[in-house]
Amino acid sequence: MSERLLIVGGTVVDPARGVEAVRDVLIENGKIRDVAAGLSKKPALKDVETIVAVGLWVIPGLVDMHVHLREPGREGDETIATGTAAAARGGVTTVLAMANTEPVTDNPSQLAFLRAKAAADAKIHVLFAGAVTLGQKGERLTEFARLKAAGAAALSDDGRPVMHAGLFRRALECAKDLGLVVIDHCEDLTLSHGACVNEGPAALRKGLKGAPWAAETVQVMRDIALTELTGARVHLAHLSAAASVAAVRDAKRRGLPVTAEACPHHFVLSDEMIPGYDADWKMNPPLRSASDRAALIEGLADGTVDAIATDHAPHGCGAKAQGMDAAPFGVIGLETSLAASLTELFHKKALTRRELVARLTAAPAAILGLKNKGTLAPGADADVTLVDPDTVWTPVAPFVSKSRNTPFSGRRLKGRAARTLVAGRTVHAL
Amino acid sequence: MTKDWGRKDLLGLEGLSAAEIEALLDEAASFKKSPPDRPLAGRTVAFLFSEASTRTRSSFEEAALRLGAQPLSFSAAGSSLAKGETMLDTMLNLQAIGVTHFVVRHERSGVLESLAPKVAACVVNAGDGWHEHPTQALLDLLTLRERWGSFQGKRVVILGDIRHSRVARSNLFALKTLGAKVTFCGPTPLVPDAFTSLGAQVEHDVERALKGADAVNVLRLQLERMEQGFTASLADYALAYQLTAERAALMKPDAPILHPGPMNRGVEISSDAADGPRSLILAQVANGVFARMAVLAACDRARSVHV
Repeated sequence: MSERLLIVGGTVVDPARGVEAVRDVLIENGKIRDVAAGLSKKPALKDVETIVAVGLWVIPGLVDMHVHLREPGREGDETIATGTAAAARGGVTTVLAMANTEPVTDNPSQLAFLRAKAAADAKIHVLFAGAVTLGQKGERLTEFARLKAAGAAALSDDGRPVMHAGLFRRALECAKDLGLVVIDHCEDLTLSHGACVNEGPAALRKGLKGAPWAAETVQVMRDIALTELTGARVHLAHLSAAASVAAVRDAKRRGLPVTAEACPHHFVLSDEMIPGYDADWKMNPPLRSASDRAALIEGLADGTVDAIATDHAPHGCGAKAQGMDAAPFGVIGLETSLAASLTELFHKKALTRRELVARLTAAPAAILGLKNKGTLAPGADADVTLVDPDTVWTPVAPFVSKSRNTPFSGRRLKGRAARTLVAGRTVHAL
Repeated sequence: MTKDWGRKDLLGLEGLSAAEIEALLDEAASFKKSPPDRPLAGRTVAFLFSEASTRTRSSFEEAALRLGAQPLSFSAAGSSLAKGETMLDTMLNLQAIGVTHFVVRHERSGVLESLAPKVAACVVNAGDGWHEHPTQALLDLLTLRERWGSFQGKRVVILGDIRHSRVARSNLFALKTLGAKVTFCGPTPLVPDAFTSLGAQVEHDVERALKGADAVNVLRLQLERMEQGFTASLADYALAYQLTAERAALMKPDAPILHPGPMNRGVEISSDAADGPRSLILAQVANGVFARMAVLAACDRARSVHV
């Protein structure tokens, strides 16, 4: 006896197939079986369990290709169980967990441990990145083939850049041979050294050390050059600067295999908005200027920036209470990314509905080579998010995440995930 | 006398009104004229200094004593702070012991912003990172006001390492509020042009900056700035930016020279400038005690209202 479920009356938005219309969705055994108008009226389906989605968008589950789940090593801040529960609340059904755990996920056995842990604890799909260099020290490459065999979905030293251009070139070449994408955290440490916020008037006023936008762009440009040299794919994490967006736009125009992501905090907030020395507004790269923020939105609108990702980075209250310059970098985002994106991009008409959904689903799935995700095509995994686009709400602590370090706390947002399904099973419902 | 002051804390001069700043200066001037009769008797002033200080700390201690308060010495090294206690816990404990005033110096900018509202005692910033050093600026202002009477239309050059200077920021915020103009001068790495966004004029040529100015406040060049690549050498910096008597003569006649100390003679300032007739450097130090007395006393009255 097969398990079937019918989602009825919602507006299906599936950018991968160009569908944007009222449709019913039939799920069978955890897969999308059919997407069509009037399925609920078919006599053969009249007894199937039904979810009414009238007034909601029915979209592929969000793919967040940039999160930190803190396991192993910092389970006090987040775990696979709590991080994926937070994701479910935010409409996210697949995440890519970065390798800057403690210890670093730079070897096959730790990957195997993490995948087993995720199989037991995770509410949604969890993919894992393997580190590019041992211990993320930027000195010796990890064993890419063995990492891939152990299930690494991508390679990244995220949290730290690979400063050594020669080493990064070899990483790109080896990753290309294996068909893995390398995700780079672009930051020239000699330019950003010791900074806690963006370099600019706000930092000058507060007496804080700022990192210039060029700290990112210098390495974005380096990576673009190395992509051109090697022919390897590179994905640029959390772009924050206007000049970086311009560089990626130019690279894409030249046909180079570069992709990029932006985080909601970077396209919703800017450095002059930071209240005092509140470290819940501290992340790396830092919030930039209003014009950088505008450029990110333009980049998202024209497709220069392919994907929206959160860089969900939980830190406990004690760590964040150390103040702006001593607190660790990072903000949580899984529970607010959809809402913040709807508020800033869709409701303000910077992106169409279809474009927005693509940035949240199809694009990151494509970058990670996930064939059965990011779409509601028949046969795809039944990871589905029902979006209530118009309800205004205010995120406040406590969150589903173990941590509460977010600048979106107390900020009015419009739209949210009404229900999240993973493989046809509801993992979150309002 | 200080009806315009109603704050229990002094964390910075940014955001204070002209009336508030003048109220503190008036009180300082009155203390200078006639010593008060132990208005802070029974109060205890604790010093939380996580950075070295000679001048500021002695000046605050002397101010506390002249007001009749008891100074409580506290060294961060060897204290519970060094044992991992949070700053807030340290302050709450000292407050429970009877501390009524905290005078805090800390290497991190803005560290007091979240702490001050959580304690009943007065919190006075004695320098936080690169952010503010309000009592230093107040004593600079007191010294200039004694000379000028009013700040309207005056132009003050602040010369040196502005980027890393809490003294420069506090002076800028207050001088602007009081109607003066401020020119920041130094090499671009130490005086980025973006300072214009804070309302300062930025000038990288020392002679152009000084020409026609009403005063110059010279900041110390810390030696570690060379290792950090902000300047190639002390000699190179001195050649381009040292305040000499000859350069000082480009200012208006009798325009004074200030320096918050400690001085590196022969680096940012020459001895003929530091010791010459324009120099008010020791007058500043003397005024520091009165400025700090005014702050401790004014904040205490506001605290008494809140308690």
